[in-house]
Amino acid sequence: EERRYRSASGAPIALRRRQHSASCRELAVRCPRLQLRSLSAATSAVWLAAYGLFVLSENSMVLSAAIFITLIGLIIYLHFVKIDQESLLVIGSLGIQVTSSYASGKESTTFIEMGRVKDVVINEAIHMQKVIYYLCILLQDPGDPQGVSEVVPLFQSSKPRLDCLIEVYKSCQEILEQRKTAPQSS
Amino acid sequence: MVLKVFFPSCCSSAESGILIGRWISEQNSAVILAVVHFPFIPVQVKQYLSEVQRVTKVSVSVLGSWSNSKQEKEESLSEFLEDLGTIFSHEPWIQISKEGDSKFWSCSTLQKHSNSPKEEEIILVYYDQRKVMLSHLHPPSDTATSTDHQADDASELSAIFDTVAKSRILFMTDRYDDGPIKLTHWQSDGVEASIIVELMKQASVPACMLLTFLLSLISGVCRSRVLKFWPLSFLWSKLSTCEQLGHRLQHLQVISSNKKAENQTQLMRKANIFVSLLIDVALGILLMSWLYRKNRIGHLADTLIPVADHVAEELQDLLQWLMGAPAGLKMNRALDQVLGRFFLYHIHLWISYIHLMSPFIEMILWYVGLSACLGLTVALCILSDIIALLTFHIYCFYVYGARLYCLKIYGLSSLWRLFRGKKWNVLRQRVDSCSYDLDQLFIGTLLFTILLFLLPTTALYYLVFTLLRLLVVIVQGLIHLLVDLIDSLPLYSIILRLCRSYRLAAGVKFRVLEQQDGKPLRLLMQINPLSYGSVVQTYRLPTYSCYPKDSWASLCKKLFLGELIYPWKHKGDKQD
Repeated sequence: EERRYRSASGAPIALRRRQHSASCRELAVRCPRLQLRSLSAATSAVWLAAYGLFVLSENSMVLSAAIFITLIGLIIYLHFVKIDQESLLVIGSLGIQVTSSYASGKESTTFIEMGRVKDVVINEAIHMQKVIYYLCILLQDPGDPQGVSEVVPLFQSSKPRLDCLIEVYKSCQEILEQRKTAPQSS
Repeated sequence: MVLKVFFPSCCSSAESGILIGRWISEQNSAVILAVVHFPFIPVQVKQYLSEVQRVTKVSVSVLGSWSNSKQEKEESLSEFLEDLGTIFSHEPWIQISKEGDSKFWSCSTLQKHSNSPKEEEIILVYYDQRKVMLSHLHPPSDTATSTDHQADDASELSAIFDTVAKSRILFMTDRYDDGPIKLTHWQSDGVEASIIVELMKQASVPACMLLTFLLSLISGVCRSRVLKFWPLSFLWSKLSTCEQLGHRLQHLQVISSNKKAENQTQLMRKANIFVSLLIDVALGILLMSWLYRKNRIGHLADTLIPVADHVAEELQDLLQWLMGAPAGLKMNRALDQVLGRFFLYHIHLWISYIHLMSPFIEMILWYVGLSACLGLTVALCILSDIIALLTFHIYCFYVYGARLYCLKIYGLSSLWRLFRGKKWNVLRQRVDSCSYDLDQLFIGTLLFTILLFLLPTTALYYLVFTLLRLLVVIVQGLIHLLVDLIDSLPLYSIILRLCRSYRLAAGVKFRVLEQQDGKPLRLLMQINPLSYGSVVQTYRLPTYSCYPKDSWASLCKKLFLGELIYPWKHKGDKQD
């Protein structure tokens, strides 16, 4: 099912939860889409500047260079910067998979095995001028059972607020608890 | 408890039989490698499996039964399959059955010795057997450091990759062989091989032996005593071409060695060196053909002398400017004239030598250009050496200017201490107070004043020549950076990542397939390839890289004090 929330900066985001089986859940957060007005504002600014330069220098290369730069910049932005959806797939006893899909369709995936996951927690952080909450996966330190070797932050580009994070946290913990209650067969 | 079954996607359409694979009890997962079809004799199957186990060191066993029925489920077949569980006792006995063309299979387990019959959830993970077999898993860096006490606590993924990779011998028999066992796996439609690869493997052995013989001859010649006498050995150590040639010789020795590469890293390194050498020589030959085509090298030689002349003339103009009133500063006339004339005489000598050499330049350049066929890196090193030779006079001037300036600074600092009544205590490495005689003080103060007022002139000469020298050093440094780049780039790994990205795996990714209630969870495991940045970082070839010896602070300090700077340090240089 899908519910609407707000991100830390106030933009609307949507959380979709799917339960594939008793020990497998998928949680996807959809980020705010690319706004048409910001895109047209950026393009017009670049082209106005290029036209101003053209009027000053009488060189038509400036205009074609501006078009080229706008196109290349847009492609780079869509392929490397703008994240469309961030999802978390928790498979009990296998691991946690974190996927970010970009606006151009590219997907970047990381899979963390359950043996390396210590816990999933909500942390606070200072971001720019605010304090925000973020969800993160704590990885086990192989040498020290009590220690944490790495912290993997989740949903970094959509930055959901605490209410959304609590839902995700509860879903994850239900599955993570299963591995503690079920004893390992030797 | 959750039971994970890793099923190869190539066996989805296999006929009924029993499943063989490896059972990993710590993670409660079963990796299925192949399906053995009916009819078979259980004793022979067990014999075959123990042989496979002995060769591959992977504990392969019969894990369960697989039934693929085109019609409705047959009761007798299912009873027969259950009875098989008693023959091949394995705990738990996995039964997978597929009806018709349905995507959703039913999977159940039989536990004979379990205490409480709890309902186990089963996860069915499909994997592409050929890709997983050929792939090499690159674990994240933090787990790689603690492998000594984690031998049996290996990550689940690496256990799976390991199992499939080591069971190559299992995939050598297919169902057309006349053995007692008929298997289905990814090669079951006939073993694949490539004629070109086999031919190259056969041809590579004598080629390697020939290459080793040639290389031993060459290295014997290089190590002979004749080349070790003092002037020659000094020359070889200064020329970067010789270092580059030695480096490439080493590479050739690595490739032509007869030992087979033990593990993945060595194999990749050999392949990278081979491809890098090939591309280098190809680019060098391209460059050479371009240079010699329209006698461009003749033109180059013709323009070399005028360029050297032009540089010398520019230097002369610069010195004339310094001897006048440069940038409006007032110089000490006498010292100015002395230094200026001294340097002008040097330039005059240099121009005469160049003109003496000019008839031979074209021939020398022509033969030296031929050595570009040894590789683009060698050609670039030769270019860098030519630049060094042509700007030798700038280097000389820099040394003269630096020494003079350094002497002046030391003199000034020591006399400044005398001026204040102190002395440098060499024994205790500190400044102590000291009482001087009157005549010592008088002469000291006089010398101090003289040196102080002559400082701007010397400092200006030093500044100008240091800047010129730094310019030449930067140009040479850029060329060496390019050479390093060509040397250390792992081209084979990058091409492999581009074309066969499954062979370099950073991890896996799971995709959830269509589900049906009551049936086990179906997942597809795909290989997540390594990013280009980590490919380059992992498989970089080591080079005799040159990198700045000093930090910015110490460089500035050395420049201020007038010490001679050699900013690029090569790995393997003895520290002074």
